Amino acid sequence: MSGHGTAPGAVADRTPADDAPVSSGFGAVAGRRLRGVRGATLRHVPRSPGAVLSVLVLLLVLGWAVAPEWFTGQSPTAGTPAERFRPPSGAHLFGTDQLGRDVYARVVHGASLSLRATVVAIAVALVVGILLGLAAGSFGRWADAVIMRLVEVMLSVPPVLLSLTIVAAIGFGTVQVAVAVGVTSVAAFARVMRAEVLRVRTAGYVEATMLLGSRWWRVLFRYVLPAAVGPVLALAALDFGLVVLAIASLSFLGYGEPPPAPEWGALVADGRNYLATAWWLTTLPSLVVTAVVLAANRLSRILETRGERP
Amino acid sequence: MTPARYLAGRVLRAVFVVWAAFTLAFAALRLLPGDPVALMLSGRGGFDTLSPRDIARAKAELGLDRPLPVQYGHALLDALHGDLGASLQTGQPVTRMIADALPSTLALGGTALALALTAGSALAVSAHLAVSPAVRQLLRSLPAFAVSLPSFAVGLLLIQLLSVRWHLFPSLGGTGVAGLVLPACTLAIPGAALVAQVLGKSLHTVLREPYADTVRATGAGRARLLLGHGLRNAAIPAVTVVGLLVGYLIGGAVVVETVFSRPGMGRITQAAVATQDLPVVQGVVVLASFVFAVVNLGVDLLYPVLDPRIRATGRLVTS
Amino acid sequence: MTSAPAGTTRPEAVSQDTPVLRITDLRVGYRTAAGTRTAVDGLDLTAAPGRITAVVGESGSGKSTTAHAVIGLLPPGGRVEHGSVRLEGEELTGLSERAWRDVRGRRIGFVPQDPGVSLDPVKPVGRQVAEVLRVHHLATGRGAAQRAVDLLAAAGLPDPARRSRQYPHELSGGMRQRVLIAMATAARPRLLVADEPTSALDVTVQRQILDHLEALAADTGTAVLLITHDLGVVADRAQHVVVMSRARVVEAGPTREVLADPRHPYTRRLLADVPRLTPRARPATPPAPPAEATSLPRPSPGPAPGSRPAPLSGSAPPVPGPGPASAAGPSGDAPDPGVLLRVRGLTLSFPLRGPGPRRRHLAVDGVGFDIPRGRTLGLVGESGSGKSTTARLVLGLERPEAGTVELDGVDVTAVRGAARRRLHRRVQLVHQNPYASLNPRFTVEELLTEPLRNHRVGDRAQRAATVRRLLDDVALPADVLRRRAAELSGGQRQRVAIARALALGPDLLVCDEPVSALDVTVQARILELLLGLQERHGMAYLFISHDLAVVGQVSDRVAVLRAGHVVEEGATDQVLRTPRHPYTRELLAAVPGRRNPHTPHDPDTPDVPEEEPGETPGEAAARTPHRHDRPTEDTPWS
Repeated sequence: MSGHGTAPGAVADRTPADDAPVSSGFGAVAGRRLRGVRGATLRHVPRSPGAVLSVLVLLLVLGWAVAPEWFTGQSPTAGTPAERFRPPSGAHLFGTDQLGRDVYARVVHGASLSLRATVVAIAVALVVGILLGLAAGSFGRWADAVIMRLVEVMLSVPPVLLSLTIVAAIGFGTVQVAVAVGVTSVAAFARVMRAEVLRVRTAGYVEATMLLGSRWWRVLFRYVLPAAVGPVLALAALDFGLVVLAIASLSFLGYGEPPPAPEWGALVADGRNYLATAWWLTTLPSLVVTAVVLAANRLSRILETRGERP
Repeated sequence: MTPARYLAGRVLRAVFVVWAAFTLAFAALRLLPGDPVALMLSGRGGFDTLSPRDIARAKAELGLDRPLPVQYGHALLDALHGDLGASLQTGQPVTRMIADALPSTLALGGTALALALTAGSALAVSAHLAVSPAVRQLLRSLPAFAVSLPSFAVGLLLIQLLSVRWHLFPSLGGTGVAGLVLPACTLAIPGAALVAQVLGKSLHTVLREPYADTVRATGAGRARLLLGHGLRNAAIPAVTVVGLLVGYLIGGAVVVETVFSRPGMGRITQAAVATQDLPVVQGVVVLASFVFAVVNLGVDLLYPVLDPRIRATGRLVTS
Repeated sequence: MTSAPAGTTRPEAVSQDTPVLRITDLRVGYRTAAGTRTAVDGLDLTAAPGRITAVVGESGSGKSTTAHAVIGLLPPGGRVEHGSVRLEGEELTGLSERAWRDVRGRRIGFVPQDPGVSLDPVKPVGRQVAEVLRVHHLATGRGAAQRAVDLLAAAGLPDPARRSRQYPHELSGGMRQRVLIAMATAARPRLLVADEPTSALDVTVQRQILDHLEALAADTGTAVLLITHDLGVVADRAQHVVVMSRARVVEAGPTREVLADPRHPYTRRLLADVPRLTPRARPATPPAPPAEATSLPRPSPGPAPGSRPAPLSGSAPPVPGPGPASAAGPSGDAPDPGVLLRVRGLTLSFPLRGPGPRRRHLAVDGVGFDIPRGRTLGLVGESGSGKSTTARLVLGLERPEAGTVELDGVDVTAVRGAARRRLHRRVQLVHQNPYASLNPRFTVEELLTEPLRNHRVGDRAQRAATVRRLLDDVALPADVLRRRAAELSGGQRQRVAIARALALGPDLLVCDEPVSALDVTVQARILELLLGLQERHGMAYLFISHDLAVVGQVSDRVAVLRAGHVVEEGATDQVLRTPRHPYTRELLAAVPGRRNPHTPHDPDTPDVPEEEPGETPGEAAARTPHRHDRPTEDTPWS
């Protein structure tokens, strides 16, 4: 599912041409990139109601992850057998499950597992992807050919299958799932990074600075990396929602922490057996996952469009 | 570049990708931690204590005592002959398992693909044709919403409402057309959203190209511009999405078949991973990358049909 | 003219014929985040049948907005706020989208700016022409296809039946523009709006296209509204001219009178700045680098090779190489000590992509020339002539397949690594596009300091002093130091690029189309600057341009390049006045502005401060109509 992240990137908008034809639109493009980097700060984001809501959802989940005990007094693991299958009420916001455990408490305590997995996955994708892309773009034709073939192969296995293969090989658990999901995004990050390196390498101003005696490593640090930060972070933001989704799916399939760990996907999977009698067991945790993914995607789209059009 | 050369290049690439996926899966499953024999024996159950002799004998039986390159060579040769090994769990040949499960998954995937393509394209086009700004805004934000929905959540919600509550469709394990509706829709929703996003973006770009202005300046209306010029040009970058879509459907089938307890490739995969049945996992990966490569080959062959510039140069023109 | 004109309008301006188009007091605004910006203000204009009416102005003057307002296709955010546009007496402003469709293409034809991107790439051109007929129900089916071929033939497309089945990418730029003209004229509109129809084309092709438009107006009685930045084109082709600056008309009238007797200072300056086909005038004595040359930032004064008399040449150590380090070699073909750069037999080819067996395209084929110290060689040619490749070869950015590039007798084609870095202290580049050659993230100070740091020249204080001297050299105020390239105008950026090229005290500056991205008035200032710098510092220039007039103004000698060959080389005066090669003559004949005796005239150059008009940071290149044109504070000139 993180395959969505590899959809063709935004094509630079064409500005309506007015006067004087002789020169091209380089200034506009350069200017937009510049503003993109500056504009993509959080301070610009919360304007529309949707954006405010998204920020609130993510802050709430972050709070759940950091200090779950502030949000619920109930235990996520210990149940009261007498209170099995209670529908949502004031006492149990999300109702209780087959063992009488409070579902809301389980969701709140599951947040830290989900968030940790997401962070690990994105870190794996970022670090490995950036290094591969940088090497492919910098070290000449052989390295480029080998690395890009590798990337092509990674993209040629559907993302979910790729992560399933890795899980099959390295075993089950939150971290294992996170690594498996992160690897599926590596290819996309490597591509973006390589494209940025090549774009900057062939830019007129880099040729100009090489003529002025700059060395390659200096160009790398002063020109390539700063230029690549924007697109790579935009991709990371876009990837966030997809990663949450992929991790929840793998956890749903049963590859996460063993029970009774309250991973979100596993909560939904557990509830499947009681679809007819206890709708809340699947529906409410599903809604939480959906809300987080929606909020993350919404915010990353805002960041992306701010970057494109100040 | 001659057409024959273009074709040869693309076919070669597809073959390479399948070979590489096989190799990658082989490497991932043999080199990463985890002893396949111990796994297998414990998987078949019954052995609480494994004597070293038992293990050695089992290894020799499976050819796992030979050096890795030799194992790899044999596995590759076997795979070329259509032999992907046997399941560690059941001992059944992997190819047989796949052959049994494939029809059901093909029906599901094919239906979902058709649904996703038609619904997605219709959504993208209508978002551009809609006259009312409010409707346009709604149609444009729909794909971004749909792509965020976890398919297990969608599937379970559909079962809850349409099967459990209103009894419109069989809930679990249903076969036949009625049993196909809910899983296919669940699988198609994110796919349709993906198609709508990519095609919509592409249309948006194309309609701002200078040649779109030329068409407007001849007095052509919106519909003629969109259907006569926009779609054809927008389709060139957008057909790439078919490849992505098939990749997504293969992965999505794992979740959807599990949700609906539908027999098929997805269920086999889910079970194989859960029991770390490595030969089966490897077989599924090879098959998936084969399907993926064939689809992408088809996409590559579609480009020159759509874009005369590729016919001339053999290269994708991004202007 | 009913309402009060913003600029000067002569009474003769109103044609005796009934005008096809009459615009009165038009105001167009663009809504932006910052508010509404007026792109056209108080415009009056008429276009008479059978005549060419030109709207001339620099970038951001509002001329293109005017064209788009006439066909009702303003970019998003654009709106006609006031005034009227009448086509044969019928008001066009406020028409519904449906009503507009019967006007566009049918009654007003539009020829767009860049033929390279203005045709649908996936449809045969014949179908695109036929589509216009179908849209307006003028023909159907086979009839439309046949009519399309006829129209293409009428537009001057050779072999129209075959070409009509081809795709745009299979046609040259000139042919595509003919297809666009065929589309624009298919429904026999009464008015043709041509928005810079030739500015993306080579001069020789430009001439053919303009010939065709002129004949079209004369033969069919179509009124042509020609939008252009080129006063030469106006002088040659238009009967009537409207000069725009900063959203307003500053002057309008019959071309002959406006050009012979410009009344508005802006028109006068525009006329003065048009490059003319007159060779460079320079003092007869060879430029012994004068004393001020020392004001050039001279990094560590290296050991001066004995053969190099100019103090300038002390700036870099000799480039090691196979040849003798000091110029006076023992062999017979020892280079003339006055020659700085000697190029011989330079050849480079590129693989061709396309159907059929692998072929190679000879981009540069045996090019040779000499550049003496402190002199300028102009290299002129059309697109694809190999002039930029030659520049890259001279700079060592490409390695030639054959031939030599000798700097002071040392072959530099093979140098790499440290030797190449040393070479580039002596040979620097001023890039064609000042928007691409400056890192948008750097401040001007960082840009100018960079080469000094790269070569470890001086300490902080010395570098700062050098940077200030460089700014003085290119006449930029010190306050630009903190700004970034994106915040500068096109002319300012090119000045920064020049200053940066000067930082290491080069002996040779390779200028690759240094002014072709700039407006005429800015272009003139940059050319003046380059001439002044050469006089002060005694550098040699390799000046590359497609524009013979520009090359003529700065060069001592001119080499004409065609398809990788130098077809003619000689003193500027000789090449411009008595060209020997037919291709040079063709090029010269195609330069616009030669038909009207009034164009190359020298009005008293008005005392206008050197300022780059109409340019706010980054605008000239941005080509966005937004933000750009502020209404001018000029009081109407009378």
